[in-house]
Amino acid sequence: MTTNSNLSNMFLIFKKELSSFFNRAVAYITLLVFLLLAGWFSMNTFFLSNQSNLRQLFNVIPIIYLAFVPAITMNLIAKEKNEGTLEFLTTMPLRDADIVIGKFLSSVALIGIALLFTFPQFITVLTIGNNVDVGALVCGYIGLLLMGSAYAAIGVFASTITDNQIVAFIIGFLIISFFFILDKILMFVPGFLSGILQYMSSGYHLEGISRGVIDSRNIIYFASIITFFLLLSIRVLEIRKWR
Amino acid sequence: MIRIDNLTKDYGSFRALNSINFKIEDGEILGFLGPNGAGKTTTMQIMTSYLAPTDGNVIVDDLNIIENPQEIKKQIGYLPEHNPLYEDMTAYDFLEFVSQLRNIDSNSIKKRIEEVVELCGLSDVVHRKIGVLSKGYQQRVGLGQSIIHDPNILILDEPTSGLDPNQIAEIRELIKRLGQKKTVMISSHILQEIKATAERMVIIDEGEISADGTMDELMDKFQGATILDLEIAEADSNDIKSIESLHDDVNITDLDNEGENIKVSLEYPQEVDLRSEVFQYAGDKGWQILEMSRSETSLEDVFRQLTVEKGGTNDNE
Repeated sequence: MTTNSNLSNMFLIFKKELSSFFNRAVAYITLLVFLLLAGWFSMNTFFLSNQSNLRQLFNVIPIIYLAFVPAITMNLIAKEKNEGTLEFLTTMPLRDADIVIGKFLSSVALIGIALLFTFPQFITVLTIGNNVDVGALVCGYIGLLLMGSAYAAIGVFASTITDNQIVAFIIGFLIISFFFILDKILMFVPGFLSGILQYMSSGYHLEGISRGVIDSRNIIYFASIITFFLLLSIRVLEIRKWR
Repeated sequence: MIRIDNLTKDYGSFRALNSINFKIEDGEILGFLGPNGAGKTTTMQIMTSYLAPTDGNVIVDDLNIIENPQEIKKQIGYLPEHNPLYEDMTAYDFLEFVSQLRNIDSNSIKKRIEEVVELCGLSDVVHRKIGVLSKGYQQRVGLGQSIIHDPNILILDEPTSGLDPNQIAEIRELIKRLGQKKTVMISSHILQEIKATAERMVIIDEGEISADGTMDELMDKFQGATILDLEIAEADSNDIKSIESLHDDVNITDLDNEGENIKVSLEYPQEVDLRSEVFQYAGDKGWQILEMSRSETSLEDVFRQLTVEKGGTNDNE
């Protein structure tokens, strides 16, 4: 017997999660709600603002993420815990990291699919806009995907620490809201803190990227959040062995 | 060979396993018997790397569960106690998923699933969702999952719990068939279950091993006793204990003097027969024996003695 590479293990978990997601009706409803909200709130003012960009879309998606991301990550591990299948999965020749990362990647793929379905807005701007900065648009999407991935890592972590999907949703929502809100409360905090808070906030880094410049600092920020919460999730999953 | 070496597991301040030791030889079917909460599932969960031991180790050939969990997991097929399955998958999809996780060559997966479906009698339901299957079929899917990679070692935690008698007979038959070529460890809290499938058994109680041997060895070791139940009238309950003077190894195991007559149970080694001496003795004392019956301790009694009574929950105390 040859050794399974970690990549193929992760891919198996990834594939299983994606197919089980699309097996459930609630999955399509979640995607539909995402697209309806994104469409409504961005295109409502699109023609009024009379600008050839997707600023409105890029502003509204982070707000939708607050509920959308925890909704798609809440069951990833909490459900396996609740139904006992985690015992099955962890006694397979898999590492805990394969499980966590495979599941994380499946939620990133879903976020990617949701973003792809906003293509009507993208095409609208391209066709009727003047002097469209395509680079900035593409960067905006990359930023949104990075932000979604960071939130997904948080959601996976929330799903790891409980066996109740609702609790996982609420914890995910709260932690994501924390990173979301940091740069919106700067006027209420003392000056020496505001720089730190701004740097910690996800919105600040998304803005950096969507201006059309992919700065390594922004990438490092999102990568750090992803790494931190995934490592934490793997640790939490391992704790079951020592409880 | 699998060696359980001084295995200890604490859940917080509760010691679930207290330094247990036993071996499983290659190719044998080992019954792991104990009352609920004795530590059976904990032991199996450590053997399959779901839990880590607080102390001690599990050694499989030259590998151990602390340093080589992945290698050991590959050799083991495991059916957990509550048989967790992905209910929204079809039986086929689930077996396919497990085959891939078990790294079976993609060209032979289809053939292997067919073999397992045949072996476990799943052909009628293989394309239905697991969630709608009966408990018996779900248990077969669980068994199928555990043998799909043709493992050397099979660990089955209460494989027949919750099944009806026909299903139990079928699963036992299947386990026996599998046991011809594999090392099997099967746990149960029911002695009949172990008697029907296993060659050797290890009895665990309150996290400690209380017996280990083949059926015959355990019978010889623990069953060498005769029980003599007597009902006596016209006797003084204080005097009745003097009956123990008849033989060095006679013990009164039960004494009931609440009613009109005294009921007493004597236990003595199988090789002696004290019935006529007891009758004689009673006559000398002027007691009237109303009833006398002899029985032998059964394996059930042995099991009960080793488990329940040690915990002090029987009514003799």
